[in-house]
Amino acid sequence: MRRIAFVMVLIGLFAFCWYEQGKAKQEDFPVPRPPFSEGIFPCSNCHAGMEVNIKRRELKEEHTNIKLKHGSISRWCLDCHDAANRDMLRLVNGDQIDFSHSYELCGQCHGPTYRDWKVGVHGKRVGYFDGGQRTYFLCVNCHNPHDPKFKPIKPEPPPFKPLYRYDPTAKTGQAGQTGKQ
Amino acid sequence: MAGKRYSRRDFIKLASVATLSGLGLSGISCKKADLEEFLQTHYLEMTEEDKKRTIARLEEKYLKKYGKQFTISTKGAKPGTLWAYGLDLSRCIGCRRCVYGCVKENNNSRYNPQLQWIRVIRLPEGSLINLENAEHYYNPSQVPEPGYVYMPVQCQHCENPPCVKVCPVRATWKEPDGLVVVDYNWCIGCRYCIAACPYKGRVFNWAEPNIPTEELNTAVHYLGNRPRYKNVVDKCTFCVQRVRNGRYPACVEACPTGTRKFGNLLDPDSEIRYLLDHKRVFRLKEDLNTEPKFYYFFGL
Repeated sequence: MRRIAFVMVLIGLFAFCWYEQGKAKQEDFPVPRPPFSEGIFPCSNCHAGMEVNIKRRELKEEHTNIKLKHGSISRWCLDCHDAANRDMLRLVNGDQIDFSHSYELCGQCHGPTYRDWKVGVHGKRVGYFDGGQRTYFLCVNCHNPHDPKFKPIKPEPPPFKPLYRYDPTAKTGQAGQTGKQ
Repeated sequence: MAGKRYSRRDFIKLASVATLSGLGLSGISCKKADLEEFLQTHYLEMTEEDKKRTIARLEEKYLKKYGKQFTISTKGAKPGTLWAYGLDLSRCIGCRRCVYGCVKENNNSRYNPQLQWIRVIRLPEGSLINLENAEHYYNPSQVPEPGYVYMPVQCQHCENPPCVKVCPVRATWKEPDGLVVVDYNWCIGCRYCIAACPYKGRVFNWAEPNIPTEELNTAVHYLGNRPRYKNVVDKCTFCVQRVRNGRYPACVEACPTGTRKFGNLLDPDSEIRYLLDHKRVFRLKEDLNTEPKFYYFFGL
């Protein structure tokens, strides 16, 4: 009887380890540090002594630079930021997650995108895909979570037209830019 | 002179004297390294010993020319790899970051001549297959512009590459991992391959390359980004110096929108296989039977 109990405990332990490992494998990705605005994190620096006001309202004194353009009709700060612990995010089911796991939060609504991100087809990865360190960019490395649409940027200069490509007076890569377009 | 006939013996005498003096002269003007370079054999015919000697000579030459110590790799293809590229047309914004990331990584000539391996073309929305509407000199203040889509084009690393077929000296060939590469020391500069490529994937060093010394990339591959010479053809190699070490190509890392995907076609878990299985994919000018390993797809 004792032996059976021992074996059962062993099996239980194994199963637990297996589960934990599987979980870790599924949920941990090599991500960079989230792109916090300078000096803003940890949030508890300011929020620790404050009273929590869960009433939905427009913020007039702090965080005025944040204009929520991300489902703003149905959402506000404390849907994603945890009210009890400001240094954490909050899933819909009430779980607290670290800022470095924010992809789980985004993945709650953006399921297909999350699925693509996990296999590397959405988003950006840099480094070594084989035999080295690889970094998966977080959703928030490219999309501002409060205003996620990718902003237009200035393009790099076009190639020189053949007429200017062999300009003997050119000294830099900028030659020909002043020529006719 | 009239009526005088040279005997065979006379001819041989004269000819050998001329040859010897010619050799002697060239021996004076030519250094040993130059002669070795002239006598260098085709890369695929080199033994390991030959490769080592060639690399040592090239490194010395580059050190003298650019004042920097280069490390030239001759790493071969890893068995079980076939590299392929994926490009998400619904995400590309035409910012050309890839173009300049590539130029920097691959020691391309910056001006006189300006050589770029990636050409980003702009097409009016809804006419993706009418390449005659393409424009690659677009220069707005901001991209993406409404009403346009962008499509970067570079070497497609065809499985059936027309450029390789036309090379009269076999200076370009397809490696076992699918990369189409050039031996810059074997190329004679005839540019047949440029004429044969339907993707404009190759460029020609019309003059000695101009590379700013401070921007030189000294981690190079013999078949990839080592500085080229005047009169040779070069092209995208999918960053052979990086991918054979398991690293993403420079354009993948330069892209700010995550448009570019790279992976091993023979690895069922790779990114490229996932997108082939799950996304709508097409290849450029598929009807030419070039079998490109460059897949354009729509992530949205």
